[in-house]
Amino acid sequence: MFNQLAEVLRSLGHRIIDRVWRLGAGARFFIYTLIYSGESFKRIHLTIREIYFTGVLSLIIVLVSAFFVGMVLALQGYNTLQKYGSSEAIGVLVALSLVRELGPVVTALLFAGRAGTAITAEIGLMKATEQLSAMEMMAVSPIARVVAPRFWAGVISMPLLAALFSMVGILGGYLVAVPLIGVDEGAFWSQMQASVDFREDIVNGVIKSTVFGVACTMIALFEGFDAPPTAEGVSRATTRTVVNSSLAVLGLDFVLTSFMISA
Amino acid sequence: MSDNIVEINNLSFGYPGRMLHKGINMSFPRGKVVAIMGGSGSGKTTLLRLIGGQLKPTKGKVVVDGAVVHEQDRQGLYQLRRKMGMLFQQGALFTDLTVFENVAFPMREHTDLPESMIRDLVLLKLNAVGLRGARDLKPTQLSGGMARRVALARAVALDPDIIMYDEPFAGLDPISMGVICNLIRTLNDALGATSIVVTHDVHESFQLVDYVYFVSEGVVVAEGTPDELRKSTMPFVHQFVLGEVDGPVPFHYAAPDYKQDMLRGNNV
Repeated sequence: MFNQLAEVLRSLGHRIIDRVWRLGAGARFFIYTLIYSGESFKRIHLTIREIYFTGVLSLIIVLVSAFFVGMVLALQGYNTLQKYGSSEAIGVLVALSLVRELGPVVTALLFAGRAGTAITAEIGLMKATEQLSAMEMMAVSPIARVVAPRFWAGVISMPLLAALFSMVGILGGYLVAVPLIGVDEGAFWSQMQASVDFREDIVNGVIKSTVFGVACTMIALFEGFDAPPTAEGVSRATTRTVVNSSLAVLGLDFVLTSFMISA
Repeated sequence: MSDNIVEINNLSFGYPGRMLHKGINMSFPRGKVVAIMGGSGSGKTTLLRLIGGQLKPTKGKVVVDGAVVHEQDRQGLYQLRRKMGMLFQQGALFTDLTVFENVAFPMREHTDLPESMIRDLVLLKLNAVGLRGARDLKPTQLSGGMARRVALARAVALDPDIIMYDEPFAGLDPISMGVICNLIRTLNDALGATSIVVTHDVHESFQLVDYVYFVSEGVVVAEGTPDELRKSTMPFVHQFVLGEVDGPVPFHYAAPDYKQDMLRGNNV
């Protein structure tokens, strides 16, 4: 009985220590990435190449999703708003939901699935095939050469993707609300223009998606760098990237929103 | 300047309760090709990592060109590594770069040479390993032997003083093996470098190297020129050179008594 209890406590303690250790290792990794960023800025073409891989290649999934999210928003929103006789407010509803919440959050979730997993798997495999070790032995820091360019590519891509998401989403919402349902076009746009504030809504959305960019890219990079160099290790790391990024994005979203609303 | 470019003094490495190396002494004279031999899992590759400063010794030290490796800061360590070239077992070529870019990688990272000169140097190195024509291929399009030759061209890209080979013969067909064997010798002599070859391949390496260290159970059990070792009567060397199944190195991993083990049933 006592032994079993001790065993449970021990494994609990072990897990907690393990988590704390990983958190510390992750934080250290983040600081190293920032320190080595200077070196990688000297070779800006590496970052540009990664922006292509993480940002440009994520465009299709992000834009298609945005289009459908916008259309669904308009349908659902109209359905509710018309009960209160304010169906012209549909433009405001679509725009605010997208710019404040759905744009940054859904883009980050898609980014974690599309680009984050690719980053983790690539770095994990580079580690498994000794490419990172080889780089170290050639006196080239893998953090400066491999990690930092991907990090900045993610941080730069994310707000741009989120902005495009909102834009295409609004377009989708417009197509459903105006030509399909028949909401007045002037009311749709003018109410949107009047109600969406640059500082309160758009800038806050950009801040959110930048923070999500840091979180998602960092998690993907750390999981790849930390993955055991085996097939199983890389596959687990890839799964962890999606799970941890998604949870981090949703958690951070709550924290950021509460700060932004109370401010 | 000491005659030995690399010296390993009383080196121990491992974890409490499981020491991989227990007081190893080796020296690698300039210009020579020296082999470190031993069974799988005897810590040969780890020795290369200790020389390259990727691991820190538990006790003792590795001295490369007069500098103690584990006492260097990052700057010093990177300075030392520029004198080293390492050939990894699987080649470790960068899969997102072409053959040409792989060989150019160390030059582009460490020198400010104009692109035209880098091109000449890369083609020179690729020609030395016979793969000038493969410059535009991706590493995934290469056979195992070709990948290792490209990796070799990359390892010697900056004309290192020390070239380290991690199992250069593993998994190659006899022709590729002969090619690599030749290259190790010619590159060593042409560059005036010192080569350290970690291998368990007795036949190929005995033709190639000047001196051999045998490592087993964490210590150097025998050393000498290939000729001396062929004549050695030491049981371990005898077993290893002739490839006998049982001997000082047992066939069985340490286990409880076989009969007792079988009778114990399910009580693992």
